Amino acid sequence: MSTVAQKKGFLAVLWDYLTTVDHKKIAILYLTSGGFFFLVGGIEAMIIRIQLAVPDNNFVSAGLYNELLTMHGTTMIFLAAMPLLFGFMNAIVPLQIGARDVAFPFLNSLGFWLFFFGGVFLNLSWFLGGAPDAGWTSYASLSIASEGHGIDFYVLGLQISGAGTLISGINFLVTIINMRAPGMTYMRMPLFTWSTFVASALILFAFPPLTVGLFLMMFDRMFGANFFDASMGGNTIIWEHLFWIFGHPEVYILILPAFGIFSEIFATFSRKRLFGYAAMVFATVLIGFLGFMVWAHHMFTVGLGPTANAIFAVATMAIAVPTGVKIFNWMLTMWGGSISFTTPMLYAVAFIPSFTAGGVTGVMLASAAADYQYHDTYFVVAHFHYVIIGGVVLGLLAGTHFYWPKMFGTMLNEFLGKITFWLFLIGFHATFFIQHFLGLMGMPRRIWKFLPGQGLDMPNLISTVGAFFMAVAVIVLLVNIVITQVKNVRVGNDPWGDGRTLEWAIPSPPPFYNFKQLPLVRGLDPYWIEKMEGNTKMTPAEPLSDIHMPNNSFIPFVMSLGLFIAAFGAMYQVSWRASEGESFVWALPVLIIGMLITIGAMAVRSLKDDHGYHIHKEDLLDDEEGGRE
Amino acid sequence: MATQQSTSANPKVNYKYRRKKAKQEMRQHVTSFALMIFMTLIAFIAVMAGFDKIYVYPILLVLAAMQVVLQLYYFMHMSHKGHGTVALFLYSGVLVAFITVLTFVTIVWW
Ligand code: HEM
Ligand SMILES: [Cu+2]
Repeated sequence: MSTVAQKKGFLAVLWDYLTTVDHKKIAILYLTSGGFFFLVGGIEAMIIRIQLAVPDNNFVSAGLYNELLTMHGTTMIFLAAMPLLFGFMNAIVPLQIGARDVAFPFLNSLGFWLFFFGGVFLNLSWFLGGAPDAGWTSYASLSIASEGHGIDFYVLGLQISGAGTLISGINFLVTIINMRAPGMTYMRMPLFTWSTFVASALILFAFPPLTVGLFLMMFDRMFGANFFDASMGGNTIIWEHLFWIFGHPEVYILILPAFGIFSEIFATFSRKRLFGYAAMVFATVLIGFLGFMVWAHHMFTVGLGPTANAIFAVATMAIAVPTGVKIFNWMLTMWGGSISFTTPMLYAVAFIPSFTAGGVTGVMLASAAADYQYHDTYFVVAHFHYVIIGGVVLGLLAGTHFYWPKMFGTMLNEFLGKITFWLFLIGFHATFFIQHFLGLMGMPRRIWKFLPGQGLDMPNLISTVGAFFMAVAVIVLLVNIVITQVKNVRVGNDPWGDGRTLEWAIPSPPPFYNFKQLPLVRGLDPYWIEKMEGNTKMTPAEPLSDIHMPNNSFIPFVMSLGLFIAAFGAMYQVSWRASEGESFVWALPVLIIGMLITIGAMAVRSLKDDHGYHIHKEDLLDDEEGGRE
Repeated sequence: MATQQSTSANPKVNYKYRRKKAKQEMRQHVTSFALMIFMTLIAFIAVMAGFDKIYVYPILLVLAAMQVVLQLYYFMHMSHKGHGTVALFLYSGVLVAFITVLTFVTIVWW
């Protein structure tokens, strides 16, 4: 492959992305497909809010409302937030640790395609007889009773995309453990790398329980088992436990990388070293550990008994301590810094009070006795939207502005960026602050309509208006992206001017091999150290020599496609569940064909040696600055 | 990726030293293998002798745990240097699994 810039046709580009194993391109795939699902989930949210804008509304039917609500939650968590975070991890982490790619580029691509096909499968339910309708938590008694194939789509789609997430998580663990540049010790890793590391460890331990739960559910629904059916000797509570053993770590899988992005932004735009780096690392790891010991706070009202409730309540409150450590460290990073209020920095500053509000309601919910009052009301809805939007989504938006130049080589418009920011922030608080009070007044969550004259009308209307602000903010962001890419003004290595970590020492976007010579890391914030000593480049840690690169491969796509096809077979072989009561004779063959495609692709991968190729020293010398394609 | 190579295959490392190491390792392998056989025998005897179940269960569990540890350290090389991260993840996993099982036993099935 030549490193010389060349223009390619559409089909060539498409083929390149279908087969790529380059972490920077996989990042773009995650960003676009995660962004797409974010828009889908957003539209579902808007429909929910329109339905609840006025009392006794009939904008959507009750059944459709349940489907929208379920798909909104499932899409936002599994198909929008996680992939978008994976996008930034892929784009940035290898660069931050001074690596040429992740440890297993092939698996990286496989992880993406599994997520993608799982997500498409889940969303096809809309066109094939109805979406899942038992909530994103899909509690077993309800979901086993659910008619049609909706829940089957949920089970199989999440199983496929969950496998992709697990693969990607392991990949990042191995990458961060093994591929750090010379001198990059653990305690010199940037915070985004650290939080990716801990989040990946959480994925490693949290996704298997979900896989087990979905597996049992699959057998209950599709193969006649009775794990969750109490009338047949099963136990429906086990699903709740399995789901939340996964589910609570999952919320930390989402928030930790966002914490990481904010840590980078605070340090960069305060032009100061992150305050209390060691404490930040320790707090991140501690949050990761504690995250596994609190899941039953979602089940206080199930009837676990006062002892269990008390233990889990105390453990839950303990998490507020390391979280508080982080909040204070961010504020002390800003203290005395020479702050510039760029768009990412605005998001970071707004994140602190927004997220803290969510943490405070979290501690309120953690008091088991009080939770009997809050549980399943809009108070909980307000809580988790404060932490997820005020934390994760603000982090994603901040990361989009902050890392856009590194990923695409262009700078998003700052003016439009700030408009997006203000609209989104105002809309977010308008939508969700008032929901705390709706909850305290007793409005249950997951209801399709409410009656007039109960004091719920005005707050719900305000909430809907706020949602429209957020929708406009997202549209402005899209316009911003289009304008920026059309103008296509290229930027240099360090467009913010204050970059501290390795990714800002190389071109934007980086050449496909990232580092011509691996850099020598001399401390925390290595690029900043070099800048302070008057150097413009990193000191290389190795002589210029041939670089070994992996070949592109179409196999990950085929493997995932096989599972996608097999999932249809697995679902439709259950004639007694089919909505029209038909039996599909083709289903079993489709299941087998799909599995054969996947196994065949795996066999090809195992039996055919692929040694990759080398970029020769001479070509590297010619390639002065590099850049994608 | 290709920057780190396995040191054990490095021809530069002293041949004699490597032989000595290999011999030592062999001895450990044989010892732990013998121990494992021995523990398996105890397990079988405990069951066949018809002791009360209350005694047999804990004995079996403890023996099983010891077998796993021997397997990990002497056959899967965790006794070697550079396995700190592996050990960390393994023990975290064990901890998480233990807490999960403990809660299930106490608040779901009990
Ligand atoms: C100080 C930290 C936190 C505490 C003490 C806390 C506590 C709680 C408690 C007790 C509940 C259950 C309420 C109920 O159902 O009655 C809950 C629900 C929830 N929390 Fe948190 N939380 C914290 C942080 C977070 C974070 C960081 C996230 C996500 C990024 C999050 C996401 C959620 C979600 C999604 C739910 C609702 C799940 C559902 O039922 O659908 N929480 N939280
Ligand atoms: Cu939780």
